[in-house]
Amino acid sequence: MNLILHVWRQAGANAAGRFERYEARDVSADMSFLEMLDVVNEGLIANGQEPIAFDHDCREGICGMCGMMINGTAHGPMKMTTTCQLHMRSFKDGDELWIEPWRARAFQVVKDLVVDRSAFDRIIQAGGFVSVNTGAPQDANAIPISKQVADDAMDAAACIGCGACVAACPNGSASLFTAAKVSHLGLLPQGQPERYRRALKMVAQMDLEDFGHCTLFGECQEACPKGISIDFIARMNHDYLRAVATQREETAAGGTG
Amino acid sequence: MELKSRVPDGPVAEKWDKRKFDMKLVNPANKRKYTVIVVGSGLAGASAAASMSELGYNVKNFCFQDSPRRAHSIAAQGGINAAKNYPNDGDSIWRLFYDTVKGGDFRSREANVYRLAQVSVQIIDQCVAQGVPFAREYGGLLANRSFGGAQVSRTFYARGQTGQQLLLGAYQALEKEIAKGGVKMYPRTEMLDLIVVDGRARGIVVRDLVTGKIESHLADAVVLGTGGYGNVFYLSTNAKGSNVTAAWRAHKRGAAFANPCYTQIHPTCIPVSGDHQSKLTLMSESLRNDGRVWVPKKAGDTRAPNQIPDAERDYYLERKYPSFGNLSPRDIASRAAKEVCDEGRGVGPGGRGVYLDFADAIRRLGKDKIAERYGNLFEMYERITAENPYEVPMRIYPAVHYTMGGLWVDYNLMSTIPGLHVIGEANFSDHGANRLGASALMQGLADGYFVIPLTIGDYLGSNKLEPVSADHPEVRAAEAAVVERTKRLLSINGKRSVTSFHRELGKLMWEYCGMARTADGLKHALQEIPKLREEFWQNLTIPGTGQELNQSLEHAGRVADFFELAELMCIDALHREESCGGHFRVEHQTPDGEAKRNDEQFAYVAAWEYKGVGEPPVLHKEPLEFENVHLATRSYK
Repeated sequence: MNLILHVWRQAGANAAGRFERYEARDVSADMSFLEMLDVVNEGLIANGQEPIAFDHDCREGICGMCGMMINGTAHGPMKMTTTCQLHMRSFKDGDELWIEPWRARAFQVVKDLVVDRSAFDRIIQAGGFVSVNTGAPQDANAIPISKQVADDAMDAAACIGCGACVAACPNGSASLFTAAKVSHLGLLPQGQPERYRRALKMVAQMDLEDFGHCTLFGECQEACPKGISIDFIARMNHDYLRAVATQREETAAGGTG
Repeated sequence: MELKSRVPDGPVAEKWDKRKFDMKLVNPANKRKYTVIVVGSGLAGASAAASMSELGYNVKNFCFQDSPRRAHSIAAQGGINAAKNYPNDGDSIWRLFYDTVKGGDFRSREANVYRLAQVSVQIIDQCVAQGVPFAREYGGLLANRSFGGAQVSRTFYARGQTGQQLLLGAYQALEKEIAKGGVKMYPRTEMLDLIVVDGRARGIVVRDLVTGKIESHLADAVVLGTGGYGNVFYLSTNAKGSNVTAAWRAHKRGAAFANPCYTQIHPTCIPVSGDHQSKLTLMSESLRNDGRVWVPKKAGDTRAPNQIPDAERDYYLERKYPSFGNLSPRDIASRAAKEVCDEGRGVGPGGRGVYLDFADAIRRLGKDKIAERYGNLFEMYERITAENPYEVPMRIYPAVHYTMGGLWVDYNLMSTIPGLHVIGEANFSDHGANRLGASALMQGLADGYFVIPLTIGDYLGSNKLEPVSADHPEVRAAEAAVVERTKRLLSINGKRSVTSFHRELGKLMWEYCGMARTADGLKHALQEIPKLREEFWQNLTIPGTGQELNQSLEHAGRVADFFELAELMCIDALHREESCGGHFRVEHQTPDGEAKRNDEQFAYVAAWEYKGVGEPPVLHKEPLEFENVHLATRSYK
């Protein structure tokens, strides 16, 4: 099949961007979307032009590095699928595609379709962990965890940090990403000691990073390639509210020293 | 160059305790005076960086992706082994040790493998404490599954995303330490050289992939956790960015490269669909529990699979290996698939594929049961191939998956360059000539959480390290070399793209240094690779400049190193006149086509010393002694 592509090209964070028109010829239905872009890039290189920059790594839908808006939809038309797992059989001959980077104030464009998602790392730094050091914790089976709880935690933990939720959200909110981590750890017994503090700190960091607020459009859950539910946002809001209502100042006076 | 393995004396079960007691310690107040560089942020790198920071060291961690959470450990599906013996089926540290040595076809170092089995138990405890959501039974305890090469259930898993969950555990520990200030993280930064001062590793030269800035980072020790080199074959199950560059540049600075020819080919991957193919996707080994592998009996049979009656099908694994059948180990199943395709009996476009058929299992267990077991894999298969495996058999073919070879390390995981330590898939130590399923995750975390944080202290505590200034001649020279090489790549101004060279190199390697190797083929490759390398340096084109995000330039630097590595792999494969594990030399097989080891002459680690591009490397041998697991021929018939 032959396609017309309009691809966002931008030389750097502070450069002006624009759409460039390219023709993708003889595209096979068995190609992945990124393989189609590879072929376009090989053509550009052959003509001495700069190839389109895009992030990608595992190309099997788990590393979370790839992602672009395809005709206004994060990761393209196929549900629960990352861009690298989207195949060209989802399109037909003569289609015209508009390809853009994630658009959100907190995700600055680095080049072309590559954006800076380091805000996600900083949200995790704010509290997305269990504060245990490597060493000799108790035996792994010392605390039984019901299968239901472990499965729910796993549903939340499946987040790949791609940023599609932010890109899809009209407010550019990172609530689904943050809620997934707050819920994953907050559901498990190991995460209880820091549960409310974690919710407070991660939400505060999310606000600092220029992400918008959640107004429950639900676009994030539609765009999420791992099908993470917005129920987790409700859970995060619950933990956050409780944390605000019950938080006590941390005392500097620690142990007896 | 001398290979001192520094394995402690005494019975194998006591060696690690003995080493831990004998090690020099760095007092807690002094640890903050040391800086350690960790390159790579996968299971090994992230766990090492976090754990060393927890102890008090200043850590600098580098990765080329946009976040440490992207490292390719994330793609591991199946699970992680540990000798917990929760199912009460007779597992023990000793049994895991035994299985791993035997599975590695007797080409690994016993003492390292024993330590791996020992710490496997702590890994699970640690990960659970971090909040890794392993699969559980209704009673609330951890679930286990079985994996190839073992007769006990010792594999812990988190759905089909075990690697992801373990990596996120390590990543979260790393982010915790970044927040605390113990680790400084450098994402989108690639190591391009190692700085060696007075014979010791003292830093690295890196390129900021966004700005193109080349700069040096100095430290008291350097740890590489930079993964494997399967992408030398172009098509592999590795991530697109996975590369050998950090390890290779260290090799060129004096680190011996061990057993480069040991490559693991995984039997169940989705076949190549055309010339556009950019990577191969693994389908979990677990599918072989219920799927039956077959090809038509007649060569060139193009009928649809359901038009071929049972009598005209060859269930070749069941026929050749009646006791293990479809669950034969990875190396054996892969070679058998190649054989039938070489005979012209392969299926699908291009004839490089075999059927993995679930029709019998669906008849026996019902579609629902199969969906419950493999639903997500079937979906993934359908997304990629547009074929429904409930109705037509899957088509699979072997693909490069893991590399057992890597930089040579001693028992403390230190390379032949003092101060340079190597962990995870990047080193050679634990898997011998073949890695068992669910053992890669175990090794990465064992090295990172439990070995390197201790052995690094032994190195720092027992050596007096003078400060190195940023304008030391060796630092300047290493930086200048990187600048020069980058310039050179950008100024070739030829006609061919990096990808076209990478593909061509990959084809050569797959053909001549892949699943079955012959002396003639390897010699042919050794003539072709240097020619292609020459052309690369004369006819490459890279659009853009070095002062910006330039993905072609990054790729070119990596492919340039793959060319040199490819030659070493062929030299190693040619010199090893035996078949063992993932290394199959056609000349060395039993009358019925099985791998034939030569323990008399080849029970050693081949560690190669670099002597210059195109110059023959020098072979050093570390003899392997098997005091606890006795040398025996593997049989799966």
